[in-house]
Amino acid sequence: MESKNLQTIYVMWLREMKRFLRAKSRVIGTLMLPFFFLFSMGFGFRGSFNLQGMPQSANYIDFLVPGILGMTMLFTATFAGLSVLWDKEFGFLKEIMVAPVRRLSIVFGRIAGGITTSFIQGILILIISLFLGFKIPDALSLFLAFVFMLLIGFGFIGFGIAMASKMEDVHGFSLITQFIIFPTFLLSGALFPINNLPDWLRKITYFNPLTYGIDGLRLSLLGFSQFSLFTDLAIICFFDVIMISLASWFFSQTEI
Amino acid sequence: MFAIEIKNLTKEFNGLRAVDNISFTVNKGEIFGLLGPNGAGKTTIIKMLTTLLRPSQGEARVWGFDILKQKDQVRNSIGIVFQEPALDNRLTGRENLDFHARIYGLNRENRQKRIEKVLKLVELEDKADILVKDYSGGMQRRLEIARGLMHYPKVLFLDEPTLGLDAQTRHRIWDYILKLNKEEKITIILTTHYMEEADYLCQRVAIIDSGKIIIQDRPDNLKNILGGDLLSIEAVPERKALKIFEKFLWVKKIKQHNGFIDLNVERGEKKIPLLMKIDQKEEGIEIKSVNLRKPTLEDVFLHFTGKTIREREVSQSEKNKMMMRRRFKRQ
Repeated sequence: MESKNLQTIYVMWLREMKRFLRAKSRVIGTLMLPFFFLFSMGFGFRGSFNLQGMPQSANYIDFLVPGILGMTMLFTATFAGLSVLWDKEFGFLKEIMVAPVRRLSIVFGRIAGGITTSFIQGILILIISLFLGFKIPDALSLFLAFVFMLLIGFGFIGFGIAMASKMEDVHGFSLITQFIIFPTFLLSGALFPINNLPDWLRKITYFNPLTYGIDGLRLSLLGFSQFSLFTDLAIICFFDVIMISLASWFFSQTEI
Repeated sequence: MFAIEIKNLTKEFNGLRAVDNISFTVNKGEIFGLLGPNGAGKTTIIKMLTTLLRPSQGEARVWGFDILKQKDQVRNSIGIVFQEPALDNRLTGRENLDFHARIYGLNRENRQKRIEKVLKLVELEDKADILVKDYSGGMQRRLEIARGLMHYPKVLFLDEPTLGLDAQTRHRIWDYILKLNKEEKITIILTTHYMEEADYLCQRVAIIDSGKIIIQDRPDNLKNILGGDLLSIEAVPERKALKIFEKFLWVKKIKQHNGFIDLNVERGEKKIPLLMKIDQKEEGIEIKSVNLRKPTLEDVFLHFTGKTIREREVSQSEKNKMMMRRRFKRQ
């Protein structure tokens, strides 16, 4: 039974990889948005920006890269989770649902596939940023940044699966993009320090899990942050647990 | 033991009974058909038997396993071809089969052998490595049938297996179904609203209307209920003609529908001359046409419900429209 569930996770992951490798144009499409943000804003605001506590040598692009990494993880992970909707639309979900396997292993397989593809895309953005002048201090910072990227990814894949399990068709997709993903991105401190926000708006960002993810990425890559490493880790891990539980629960309940 | 055993199965959606207290059994090795118009509840029955939907009441066993308490055993014993396509069209045909085999726990050696076998059965060997999105509708359906067979199921469910396919492809699929029933000794339960499909394929059929089984038997027995032949007569004025035909002793049953009068008779070809002997001027009627044929399952359906399947579907879709309107109003 145990090995069969592992096999299911592997099969779901394998399918995701095959689809990912075939969808090169789509991957480039999703990477274009973070790239443009990085490119235009990074150069546009270069030097016009200095923040207390930030190292003197750092400029806006250094501040921006962790934010864009967080954004890439947010978008790719949520979309990977929401891809359950496409399986619903094209009927493939039924094929999965009648298989004699635990629904939980199906969810974990999806998460495994989604985290792999979005992590690859995050790394691609990190590589691009190196060409724009970003420097990674040392191996430990890189490792810690990877940890935060993965933690952001897990939470939002869970969120995507949970939403997709509750939605009936793909029409809600753009609603989620516009009303949840974009506000989450814009109010996370990805593009500017949240201290610049008025008090009431800043309080809202404290409820945004991505705020802590990006803060953690900035801490890892720049040594500069608003919250402590412990706060960042604790809150994002808490978010992950909640989202993955919701995803498992809602997906198991799906009737088709 | 039966391949499928259903007792008083009922499913309600928001107080509406889609399946209403249905009981039947399917023998091992049989091809059993659920025949009825769209919206009669056939797909809902299939969904309950394949563990996708919980019944509101009643119980069912598939290959001896309880559909509520032994879901995994049920799922292992069945293969399913859904009404709408359920393939990953960004994978190739072979990859779809491979995914299925892996998720059902077939080992590598078995997997490869079986894939070749089922591909051959539906004659898709040379298309196996093309992405499914480039398949035609008929090819997709064949691939789904192949996939349903991958894990050596005991019972294969086919929900409207030829819906939307052209006549030629339909006949080809029929041949596959008969072939695999014979070669793989697999029990098949299929739903259809094509009468000729049920007639051609099924050893027994259950006719379903509005969630209830109206009658079930072998197709030839069902047709015999109507008695030998069917004379469809178009005559005016209808009521007067009806009265005249009723007097003939050789008319076993008489039914009026859609401007036709159907007479159930033995040896219909000998009865047409008798009709010609009626003095139409004297009786004040005019016989416009006479059509002699063997009864089909369509006539059986008509006989028991008073409507043809198509008429039934029209009224059903009107009912659905009403429901949709009501739903919109609520919003």
